[in-house]
Amino acid sequence: MSSSTDILQVKDLEMHFPVRGGILNRVQSKVHALNGVSFSLKKGEVLGVVGESGCGKSTLGKCLIRLHSPTAGSILFEGEELTGLSHGELMPYRKRIQMIFQDPYSSLNPRMTVRQALREVALFHQVPTPFGMNAYIEELVQRVGLRVDAVDKFPHEFSGGQRQRIGIARALACNPDVLVADEPVSALDVSIQAQVLNLLMDLKDEFGLTLVFVSHDLKVIEHFCDRVLVMYLGNVVEELSCDDLHKNAAHPYTKALLGANPINDPDDRRPLIVLQGDVPSPFVLPPGCAFAGRCPVAEAKCHTDRPRLERKSVDHPVSCWLVD
Amino acid sequence: MSKTKTKPVLEVRNLSTCFKTDQGVVTAIDDVSFDLYPGETLGIVGESGCGKTVTSKSIMRLLPEHLSFQKPESRVMYGGLNLAAATEAEMRTVRGDKIAMIFQEPMTSLNPVFKIGAQLEEALSYHTDLDRKARRQRAIDMLRQVEMPEPERRVDEYPHQLSGGMRQRVMIAMALCCEPEVLIADEPTTALDVTIQAQILDLMEGLKNKFNTAIMLITHDLGVVAQICDRVMVMYAGRVIEVASVRDLFHNPQHPYTQALLRSIPKSGGRQKGERLPTIKGIVPSLFNLPPGCRFQDRCEYREERCVRDEPLLEQHGNRSYRCHLPLGGAQ
Repeated sequence: MSSSTDILQVKDLEMHFPVRGGILNRVQSKVHALNGVSFSLKKGEVLGVVGESGCGKSTLGKCLIRLHSPTAGSILFEGEELTGLSHGELMPYRKRIQMIFQDPYSSLNPRMTVRQALREVALFHQVPTPFGMNAYIEELVQRVGLRVDAVDKFPHEFSGGQRQRIGIARALACNPDVLVADEPVSALDVSIQAQVLNLLMDLKDEFGLTLVFVSHDLKVIEHFCDRVLVMYLGNVVEELSCDDLHKNAAHPYTKALLGANPINDPDDRRPLIVLQGDVPSPFVLPPGCAFAGRCPVAEAKCHTDRPRLERKSVDHPVSCWLVD
Repeated sequence: MSKTKTKPVLEVRNLSTCFKTDQGVVTAIDDVSFDLYPGETLGIVGESGCGKTVTSKSIMRLLPEHLSFQKPESRVMYGGLNLAAATEAEMRTVRGDKIAMIFQEPMTSLNPVFKIGAQLEEALSYHTDLDRKARRQRAIDMLRQVEMPEPERRVDEYPHQLSGGMRQRVMIAMALCCEPEVLIADEPTTALDVTIQAQILDLMEGLKNKFNTAIMLITHDLGVVAQICDRVMVMYAGRVIEVASVRDLFHNPQHPYTQALLRSIPKSGGRQKGERLPTIKGIVPSLFNLPPGCRFQDRCEYREERCVRDEPLLEQHGNRSYRCHLPLGGAQ
């Protein structure tokens, strides 16, 4: 799994959030958001992360940029361990891993113009601007497909798609190597979604970015990503290439996700795969496979023993007892 | 579907709804006309702000009266009654009983301080003469119909104790407890995960077949439309621009906007590495500042001079209609 070209290596990452309560405000229980996530990312690759709400995909994104401090496990960025670093020690890495958020409105300061928002990032990270700050900002704004006169406007003056472009410009302002995009197009209409996806694809080539693309939409992931990490209740259940997602999907949950995605063809109507029940509570993890309760093919063993993520073929780890 | 034989259950004609805003009066939906037949699912698609939700709320007369008004020529005919001109008392006999609605966000449309049983029973106490015991039994039956696990226990729970999918089931149970003839579902699955969406769509399909309900499904997800709708109405900037059967629309769209919308969805399977998605240039026009002529002309790749000069009319061509001077043609 690990090789010298890996820009990011994540191993057994765990993130448990304590839930406090009672008069003494003691820790009463824990939300098990991530339970041992491992993957590695090559330079220039686009990794999709997919799963239902509450599966830990956003938590994973936030751990990668160290907005959360993981409970256990390691994140290696170009061989350097990021977990356990102090605020100051993290500074050089902060500008190399940036994030785009889902809701571009709540992640932009409504009282800052685009120029101020981008300037702040460039100044804070001491980005070299050989032709002056204004030229740098104007070029950036044009690069994400906005007009130059946008720089002196406030976030409320833009539409959703344009705001997402500003969010992207801000992430790119410090010239990062890795971009974590947390549902960047989920809040947008399909026509705008296509514009933003194309923009991200262009920028990836131009800036040589490596992307972690978090989404719940398998169609978008399949179109945009090289590989996909399928998550369920804080675990990676399968990691596979996007090129032949439908053919190679092995885990029953991946198959169910693919089957539940409505196909855009009225002549290809098929009964959607309907999973029974909901995702189990993240407070108390089931002893066996987390998916066993909803799995259409679960056996007795699945309810008692937890499967490990094992490589079933080259670059195709699956966590399931019934796949060989 | 034999549309010529069956009578539409809902006829909407020239429905226009205006809002009074600080910047003047704005027409959110302009001259919307369509029919809804018993037992069919009509999909209404379009981007945010195109008037999908305003259409459904105008039919149900759920928009605030001090901020909005319908133009006098608007007619919404249901069983001989014009809902656009009906009194509030007449509306109350229709709403929830004959025409029911499911909203997008089930948490905000359920009352957090009442048990779900009480909320289900409220509609029954208003529209039926069942006694208290019978109403409770009916509430439990409805929860069972929407495949709620342990309905006897869930009936005494509060909305916050339920998951998103279960809340949407409660909304559907509530909408269907009086066996309405028309069900308006406004983005019923948008807030839900795909696996839960599949459960809810499956459920709606089953209930439609059982009660022969006409469903108006508002959505922006064309995959959902392809899978469960019979006919589709596409809206753009407050106008209906195309109405067709789901097959005609997906395989042979006539309006350039419909075509562009269909093209911009990422395709499942058969991905070309690094392939760009076809996009629609520009953004949806502001309703305060509509372009002259066709409302889509400034984004349309086929635009001609007359598209800028005259706005096309929604014209009937066989069993479909579209609003375009330059329809795309192709095999009909």
